[in-house]
Amino acid sequence: MDILLEPFAYSYMTRAIVVSALVGALCGALSAFLVLKGWSLMGDALSHAVVPGVAIAAIAGYPFALGAFLSGLLAAGGIALVRRLTALKEDVAIGLIFTGFFALGLLIVSLRPTSVSVQTIAFGNILAISDADILQVVAIAVLALVLLVIRWRDLMLAFFDEAQARISGLDPWRLRLLFFALLSAASVAAMQAVGAILVIAMVVTPGATAYLLTNRFGVMLGLAAALGAACGGVGAYASFFLDGATGGLIVLMQTALFALAFLFAPQHGQWRAWRLRRAATAGEP
Amino acid sequence: MSFSALLLDPLSHGFMQRGLAAALLVALVCATLSCFLVLRGWSLMGDAVSHAVLPGIIVAELLALPLTLGAFVAGLFTAWLTGRMAGASRIRPDAVMAILFSGMFALGLVLFLKIETDQHLTHILFGNMLGLEWRDVLEIALIALPTTLIVLAKRRDLLLAGFDPAHARAIGLSVSRLDSLLLILLALAIVAAMKAVGVLLVVAMLIAPGAIAALLSQRFDRMLPIAIAAATLSSLAGTLLSFHVDAATGPAIVVFQSGLVALAIAFRRLKSRAAMA
Amino acid sequence: MNDRAPPVRAFAPSLAVSDLWVTYANGVTAVQGAGFALRAGTITALVGVNGSGKSSLFKAIMGFLTPARGTVTLSGRPVREALKAGLVAYVPQAEEVDWTFPVLVEDVVMMGRYGRMNLMRIPRAVDRAAVSAALERVGLADLRKRQIGELSGGQRKRVFLARAMAQESEIILLDEPFTGVDVTTENAIIALLRAMRDEGRLMLVSTHNLGSVPDFCDEVVLFNKTVLAQGPTATTFTEANLATAFGGSLRHIRLGGGALHDDDDDRRVTVLTDDERPLVLYGPRDAETLVKRPPEEPR
Repeated sequence: MDILLEPFAYSYMTRAIVVSALVGALCGALSAFLVLKGWSLMGDALSHAVVPGVAIAAIAGYPFALGAFLSGLLAAGGIALVRRLTALKEDVAIGLIFTGFFALGLLIVSLRPTSVSVQTIAFGNILAISDADILQVVAIAVLALVLLVIRWRDLMLAFFDEAQARISGLDPWRLRLLFFALLSAASVAAMQAVGAILVIAMVVTPGATAYLLTNRFGVMLGLAAALGAACGGVGAYASFFLDGATGGLIVLMQTALFALAFLFAPQHGQWRAWRLRRAATAGEP
Repeated sequence: MSFSALLLDPLSHGFMQRGLAAALLVALVCATLSCFLVLRGWSLMGDAVSHAVLPGIIVAELLALPLTLGAFVAGLFTAWLTGRMAGASRIRPDAVMAILFSGMFALGLVLFLKIETDQHLTHILFGNMLGLEWRDVLEIALIALPTTLIVLAKRRDLLLAGFDPAHARAIGLSVSRLDSLLLILLALAIVAAMKAVGVLLVVAMLIAPGAIAALLSQRFDRMLPIAIAAATLSSLAGTLLSFHVDAATGPAIVVFQSGLVALAIAFRRLKSRAAMA
Repeated sequence: MNDRAPPVRAFAPSLAVSDLWVTYANGVTAVQGAGFALRAGTITALVGVNGSGKSSLFKAIMGFLTPARGTVTLSGRPVREALKAGLVAYVPQAEEVDWTFPVLVEDVVMMGRYGRMNLMRIPRAVDRAAVSAALERVGLADLRKRQIGELSGGQRKRVFLARAMAQESEIILLDEPFTGVDVTTENAIIALLRAMRDEGRLMLVSTHNLGSVPDFCDEVVLFNKTVLAQGPTATTFTEANLATAFGGSLRHIRLGGGALHDDDDDRRVTVLTDDERPLVLYGPRDAETLVKRPPEEPR
């Protein structure tokens, strides 16, 4: 029993667990929207696109969140620009920009290796996170979660039925902008916990799992946030016994829960579909 | 800077000769494939397969099998599973793909920690272009050259299957078999590129050359040489650049390539403006 | 936020479009100087071929795009104000809706109430009552807990009608409400529209389903970039006007003389159709009248 409680004896572990859970909740909630709109690639693109901003902020001594945000904004503008100027398909435009940004970030880091390590950007390092960074991440996550709690119904309406949203006096474009602002903030926070490469799992997997378990958006949103928080907290806790790989453990848990839901979800699972198919064919002569 | 200082000095080093040879081989195979991926809307597939190879490498290391074999099997398995799962549930294909490749990557990271291995994670992820042995270059060549040849030999069939599947079927081609072939070739290209540019950047090599070619030409037959030329130039310039300014080689190649994309976009705009005037 | 006046039961809507021009960024002018006025307690059909600018007109009425010239007035107010007051409801085409979205029937209907709720859109008792009443009226009360994708085509249409009812809007715009629904559903929808008209609402129905127009529309606006004809159905929905509106794109079948009668009766049958229910006219030459559908036989 003592060994199970041991992580809590270290303040850096307790902090890591709380912060991971908080970031997991935010990313999970956002994933509910992302999965339904088919925007999974955007989550990946954003998390890679913030890397050069983080690298430059680290060199110049500015808060990483600022650099990341500006860099993400530039990338979003870049994608829009490529789409406007060319006939390239959306996935190509996104792929071009995010790989270019990611490579630029890595190039900058390789030129000034001391400022921030590639490892930290790629995999995060929640166990060694500084107090200033914790403050940034917690502030971002709490603010974003509060905004979501207040505005989720409007976001749902704007995503489900833009015309009705306008007719109800909402501005779908402003809501979409709000959503992408929240998503970039979440990506920056998640980079600290799991690293740039695995942010995509944080902003896709919990939403997909929840989507298999319910037909109501409100429930899906809450479930996705809860799954994200649970995997974040438990993953950080478990990483104590594995000496690191926090991001890998968090995402592995999320993937495992998705696999369970994919197979055994009561209404939308494969097991049920398989049994129904078998019952249907067995009924025939 | 004189020509000799720019080009010949670096090439007097054996590690630069090996690195450059590897970079050019990788450019060749990735550029050839990228034309098909870009037209097919499969750009994300390269991203997915390249991330998914990680656990395969580590399991192969554990079982003392060739790493490239492990990587190939893991990448292909993920692509196959994505195809199976995408149609089977209410989850959109893009989300299925994202979940599977991030899950595989996470599995790789955790396995890596638990297993004593002399593999360097950063070398797998970001490549180790300037640390390659001639043995590695030979291995890259043995995968990259046949893969390129198969793509070129099958280019008309692959193009037709992507552009007009119904017609392809009507004239007796098996579209699903051609799709599988393209996936296998993709996995092979990624495995070949892995040691040189790393699994995280190979996706850039699989998108940008094809995009440049699509911007500069409307005819598929011209796209292939354009893509190969753009990728070769980027590899050459990026490798030399990284030598002279002491930067990471893979990122330097990709950043140079992004510059070429910007140029291609500008050129296309000027040309269409001239055509309108 | 909650100081909005309680829903007004006595509807007094009007819709006026005057000299409306809609031009897109690419230079295409979709609406060219359209003008018409509609009264309370009427159903008006907006009839025109595909690409005639019907949907651009709809978008302008709903304020989704800004007209290059001209005005739209809804119940005496400019569009923006009318939308803020919740005066307008919209029933979308089936293909505009993502049917896999995880929302239940009652959730969709509740969306009609958003304009009347507080910032966090938390439903109050009055909102729940409005949703229940609307579901009851369209006959979907039993299915309220179903995910929308589980419904049949006709039931899906009725969900969005219920949303318009719950919104308590006095002006309702319907976009091709009969596409892909069977005759039974069509009749059910028509009955609902009639009932809503009798409450004093104003409805504008975009359709190319010619045959059903005389069944339930009081007025007709024939449209192709601009208003070609407007007026009561009986006098406006004529063969000559339709021929102008549709050009050569209508199937035109005429039976008369020996093909129809054994004697020298000069009455004839004309069938006009594009792809859905045909419009049938019958009577003496120069005096053919609309043939309304016989009353439905009880099943």
